[in-house]
Amino acid sequence: MTKLDVTALDHRAINEALCGTEGDCRLTGCCGQRFIAAGMGGKRIEIDGVPGNALGAYLNGAEIVVNGNAQDAVGDTMNDGRIVVRGDIGDAAGYAMRGGEIYVRGFAGYRAGIHMKEYQEKVPVMVIGGAAGSFLGEYQAGGVIVVLGLNTGGSPIVGDFPCTGMYGGRLFLRGDCRALRFPPQVRVRLAGAEDRAALTPFVQRYCALFGGDAQALLADPFTVVTPDGQNPYKQLYVSN
Amino acid sequence: MKREGQVRIPSGCALAAVISKEGRPISGETVRRAMIPMRERSNGLGGGFAGYGIYPDMREYYALHLFYDSRQTRKDCEAFLKERFELVRSEVLPTRKLPEITDEPIIWRYFAAPLQSVVADMQVDEREFVARTVIRINSEIEGAFVFSCGKNMGAFKAVGFPEDVGRFYQLESYEGYAWTAHGRYPTNTPGWWGGAHPFALLDYSVVHNGEISSYDANRRFIEMFGYRCNLQTDTEVITYIMDYLLRVQGLTPEEAAAVIAAPFWSAIDAMPDPAQRTKSAYLRTVFPSLLVTGPFSIILGFSGGLMALNDRLKLRSMVVGEKGDCVYIASEEAAIRAMEPQAEQIWAPAGGVPVIVRVKEGVAV
Repeated sequence: MTKLDVTALDHRAINEALCGTEGDCRLTGCCGQRFIAAGMGGKRIEIDGVPGNALGAYLNGAEIVVNGNAQDAVGDTMNDGRIVVRGDIGDAAGYAMRGGEIYVRGFAGYRAGIHMKEYQEKVPVMVIGGAAGSFLGEYQAGGVIVVLGLNTGGSPIVGDFPCTGMYGGRLFLRGDCRALRFPPQVRVRLAGAEDRAALTPFVQRYCALFGGDAQALLADPFTVVTPDGQNPYKQLYVSN
Repeated sequence: MKREGQVRIPSGCALAAVISKEGRPISGETVRRAMIPMRERSNGLGGGFAGYGIYPDMREYYALHLFYDSRQTRKDCEAFLKERFELVRSEVLPTRKLPEITDEPIIWRYFAAPLQSVVADMQVDEREFVARTVIRINSEIEGAFVFSCGKNMGAFKAVGFPEDVGRFYQLESYEGYAWTAHGRYPTNTPGWWGGAHPFALLDYSVVHNGEISSYDANRRFIEMFGYRCNLQTDTEVITYIMDYLLRVQGLTPEEAAAVIAAPFWSAIDAMPDPAQRTKSAYLRTVFPSLLVTGPFSIILGFSGGLMALNDRLKLRSMVVGEKGDCVYIASEEAAIRAMEPQAEQIWAPAGGVPVIVRVKEGVAV
């Protein structure tokens, strides 16, 4: 594995160095450099320190592991690959992602999964271990968002206005979520056998990455949110 | 001196702050360091700092920091100041020549005591007197601009990247119990020194990241009370709003936050505590014109404390961390790590929920 101390490097120098390495790479001393691994594929990158905003933007197949917290806009518009964050994640994680996976051990900030989308076999996945902030899955158009609500200390699993403007994809929240308020354009129900089958590999992978008992977690009730009908915003558009 | 004119300044800026709850002195270099990893958040058209507790030996005097465009302006302004203040000390504010910072105005510092006979004659209290005098200089004396006028605190700002501005003002030679910092990213501005953040009036200073869509509504309201928004930038109006709510109206910082980032009516209706519900509705109803809308994150400095606040939808980032008796606030966790690599309990406050940190009681500020 190539080791790279990035303490004195800016984002351009880091990405140039990453492009020049073959195979696995470990960055140390990271402190706020943006756009790390943007658009990259074909390698595994481990990061010590705090990577800056837009980590793994447009990621195209690489695997990124952050051994701590990540900042805002992680995986912005990512296409393929996997981002694993062992701490918390900032705002707007997975913004408009269209493929690949983001696994966060801890909490997510505001607007996680905003405008995720999917097409045929490209189905992005975001799994959040703790709680998520307000506007989770805002304008979600596809893909899967899972929030496990671990270690929330009794506070809600998600902030205000989840699923606002949702028109595609699926969102799983652990628990029956009876206290949460959702917009009228979505369907909220308890997960059935088919939903659980879809959910199982994601929970298993979360536990494989960060520890935890997948079976015990899956024994809990889960709430599934989907858009209500094929095109809940049909009335907003002119038919042509 | 060129001022910002007809354009509003959308900005995507960098904020950082630190405070010691024990009131221990922290070097200005600490908060300057925070700005280095956030360089991409600024574009070199403005950087600034506010330090609290930096003039302990002169704490009973108002520390006035001024920009002048010429020696003659300084002479004229000093003549005006001497009609209203005893100038205990007048001096050039120490700076360091740097290739990164150019076209500096004449920068002067005064420690001033208001002339009590003039204050009594105006029938106002001393702080109102100082505020009115500063507003008058900034709107009427062409080429002079007071950018700091509190006691035992000071703002330092310039056109440039904040990490360079900090070196320019030799911040490493100041120690204070609290600091705020700002890196500016204006996109529509001639960029002049007074337009950099923080904006300060008396001991209140504001650094701000965002763009306020309620600017004109806020400005029209606040100008009814004698404030003059000379700079056409949204941050200036927030400073006057905070001065008005905290000093003139006597609200607490928590209450002021509930005015400018008032909870949604739906959130007020859902409040479990009836007293809180009534109070929140009251503040929204009494000061509707001071609701600040649009994306913002701000850090307010005041004597003895800091308040960090996001807009209700949290359209700007803000992170808080702690280590020992120090609390760190910044737009990015990286900036906190640059101040204190071992910072703990990193968390992001929710939109509209103020984070208020005060030095403990008994510490002289």
